[in-house]
Amino acid sequence: MSILVDRSTRVIVQGITGKEGSYHATACREYGTRVLGGVTPGKGGTVHEGFPVWDSVKDAVDAVHPDVSLIFVPPAFAADAILEAAEAGIELIVCITEGIPVQDMMRVRRILDIRNEEGETVRLIGPNCPGIITPDGAKIGIMPGYIHKRGRVGVVSRSGTLTYEAVWQLSGLGLGESTCVGIGGDPVRGLNFLDVLALFEKDPETEAIVMIGEIGGDDEERAAAFAKAHMTKPVIGFIAGLTAPPGRRMGHAGAIVSGGKGSARDKMKALESYGIIVVDNPSVIGKTVAEALSKGDYRRVPTCH
Amino acid sequence: MNIHEYQAKELFRSYGVAVPSGVVVDSADEARRLISEKQGIFSGNSSVYAVKAQIHAGGRGKAGGVKIAKSPSDIPGFVETLLGKTLVTHQTGPEGRLVRKVWIEEGAQISREYYLSLVLDRSSRRISILASTEGGMEIEEVSAAHPEKILTLPVDPEMGCKGFVGRRVAAFLGLPVTLYGAFSTMLSNLTRFFVETDCMMVEINPLILTADGRLLALDAKVSFDDNALYRQEKVLALRDLFEENELEIEASKHRLNYVKLDGSIACMVNGAGLAMATMDVIALAGGTPANFLDVGGGASKETVEQAFRILLGDPAVKGIFVNIFGGIVRCERIAGGIIAAAKDVKLHVPLVVRLQGTNAKEGREMLRESGLDLQVAEELFEGAQKIVQAVKGAK
Repeated sequence: MSILVDRSTRVIVQGITGKEGSYHATACREYGTRVLGGVTPGKGGTVHEGFPVWDSVKDAVDAVHPDVSLIFVPPAFAADAILEAAEAGIELIVCITEGIPVQDMMRVRRILDIRNEEGETVRLIGPNCPGIITPDGAKIGIMPGYIHKRGRVGVVSRSGTLTYEAVWQLSGLGLGESTCVGIGGDPVRGLNFLDVLALFEKDPETEAIVMIGEIGGDDEERAAAFAKAHMTKPVIGFIAGLTAPPGRRMGHAGAIVSGGKGSARDKMKALESYGIIVVDNPSVIGKTVAEALSKGDYRRVPTCH
Repeated sequence: MNIHEYQAKELFRSYGVAVPSGVVVDSADEARRLISEKQGIFSGNSSVYAVKAQIHAGGRGKAGGVKIAKSPSDIPGFVETLLGKTLVTHQTGPEGRLVRKVWIEEGAQISREYYLSLVLDRSSRRISILASTEGGMEIEEVSAAHPEKILTLPVDPEMGCKGFVGRRVAAFLGLPVTLYGAFSTMLSNLTRFFVETDCMMVEINPLILTADGRLLALDAKVSFDDNALYRQEKVLALRDLFEENELEIEASKHRLNYVKLDGSIACMVNGAGLAMATMDVIALAGGTPANFLDVGGGASKETVEQAFRILLGDPAVKGIFVNIFGGIVRCERIAGGIIAAAKDVKLHVPLVVRLQGTNAKEGREMLRESGLDLQVAEELFEGAQKIVQAVKGAK
C-alpha cells in the first residue's frame, strides 16, 4: 500500500511539449510511471518523445482515462490548466509550476473546494512543488527517483531539496518511504499537511511520518492539532527558517514571517505541545525516525476516537 | 514588491479613496520654487503641512521622518533636513534607509483616528479586513494588548466588499451614521484596488475623520504579489531600485534568489527549503548566516561563479559554505562547476563544500584532488561545523 498513487496510476502531462514537461515526462516514464501522453493546445494529434499529444485534457480523458494530470504549464496559464483538468474529471492534479499569482490560486482553491463539497473528488498537489512519489510504484514529479526506497515512512513537505535530504537519510538507514508528497511552497495550495497526515494514518504500510515545514502561515500547527486528536502513528517534524528575519521572503512565496506570525520558533513550540517529535537539526531527521520506530511503543493514543 | 507612500496615495486617489493633496520633491529648491509660485497645494490658504520622508519602511514618525510645518516657509528647511538622512526604524534594520524623496501634503484637522487594512488571508483563502479604533498605533501592539479592539472580517474577492460589510465595519469603528455610505464606498473601492492590482497587503494607519466630517487616508502602505507583476505593468513601473539591496538586484539579474542577512558565513544552496535549513544549521553550529541563496536546480559553472561573486560582494562575509543536494543534476558536474568558478573568482575566504546525493562520492573526490584550498563534507551539520571552525581559525 501507499497513498494516492501506485504502480497502476495512469498519468498525463499538461505542457508535455515544453522543455520541462518533456524532460520530466520522459524521466517519469523511465522510472516506471505509466505516462500515457500529454496535452499541449494546438499540437493535438502529434507524437512527442513517443508520447501521444492531445489538444485538451478532455480529449486526453476521452482517449486514455488518466487518473492524474501532472502540470508543467507556465505561471500565467497554470491556474487555467488546473481548472481544465478539474473540469475534465481528473481526480488528482499535480502542479509543479512555480510563480503562480496567489489570487489566481485563491480562485482555483475556491472552485476545487466547491466541486468537492458537491460530491466530486478532486485533489490538487502543489503548486510550486516537486510532486508525489511512491517508491517502486510511480514517480509523478521532478524528484530524483533513485534516492527513494520503498519502505515504512511517509514524508510530507513544503520544500523540494530539503525533502530529498530527509529521504536520503531514510533510505540510507534502510527505513525507506511509503509515499512522499511535496505540497509546495506557495501560501495557497491544494492538499495541506493535515490532509496528507490523514491519508498516511489510514495507510497500513506507513508506520511513521516525517513532516517538513517552513516559516509562514499556520498549516503545520493545524496539522499537529489534528495529529494529536486523530493519529496513532508517530510524527517527526522539522521547521526550516529559524534564522529567517521577519518580513523577508525566503525564496518560497509562502515562506515569510508576517505580522509577528509564523516564526519557526513558535511553530516548533506548537508542534511539540501537540506531541510531534521536533528535530532542530535537519541532519538527524532519519536517525530520529529510526529511534521513534525502534522504541516499539511508538503508537500514540489519540485524544479523540 | 513594496511602493512608497506617495505612490500608494496616487493609486488610492485613482480608485476613489480620499487622500490629502500633496506633492513629492527631491530637493529643497524644488519645494521653494513650488511655494513661491503658489503651485498646487500651496495655492490655497492652507497653513499646516506634513513633510514626510519617503522610504519603504514603517515607523517613520518615531524615527523623526515626519515633520509638521506650521507655515509654508518652514517646509524647505524640513525637506533639507530629511533628504539625505538615513532613517533607522524598527523595520529598516540597524543600517537604516537613505531618504531620497520627500512628500509634502496639506495638513488635516483630525477629529478621530482609525486603523484599516486588507490582507490576503492564506488559511481562509479570502481577503481579510482588519479595522480598529486604535488608529496611529502599531497593530501588533493593539492585537497583543486589546484584541477586542480589532475587527477581522473575511471578504470574498469574487463578490467584492458589499455594503453590509462596510456598514458593519463602520459601526464597529463608531463612525457617525451619516458616514456609513461614504465609508462603505471607500472600503469597496479599496477592495477593488486590492483585487485588480494583485495586492498582498494594503494598510491605512491612520484613517482619519476630519473636523469637517471627511474620511481621509493619512498614510498608505501597499505591497504587491511578486508573482503577479508580469500582468501589473503600472505597478511594476513604480518599483524603486534604490530601496532594494544592490547585491539582491544583481542576484535577481542572474535568476539567483538571494537575501542579504547580517551574519558572516555565506551559504550557497540549491532549493529554498534546504537553503533556509542550511542557514539554521550554520546558527546551530555557532555561526551567523550572511545570506539566503538559492541557486536553483542548475548549479552550472556560470551560476556558481555568479553566486560566488555576489557572496564575496558582501564585505562581512568571512567564509563560504556550499551545500548542494544533487538530484537530477549529478554531483560530479556540480563539483566541476565549483572548481572552475573558485579558480576564476580567486576566493580569499575559507570554503567548505558539502555534496550529497547523485554521484556525491565522485564529486567529493574531484574537489579533494582539485588542489583548491577547500574542505569537503558529507553531512550537513558536519559541513556547518567545519566552516564555523575555519572562520574562527582564520581570525
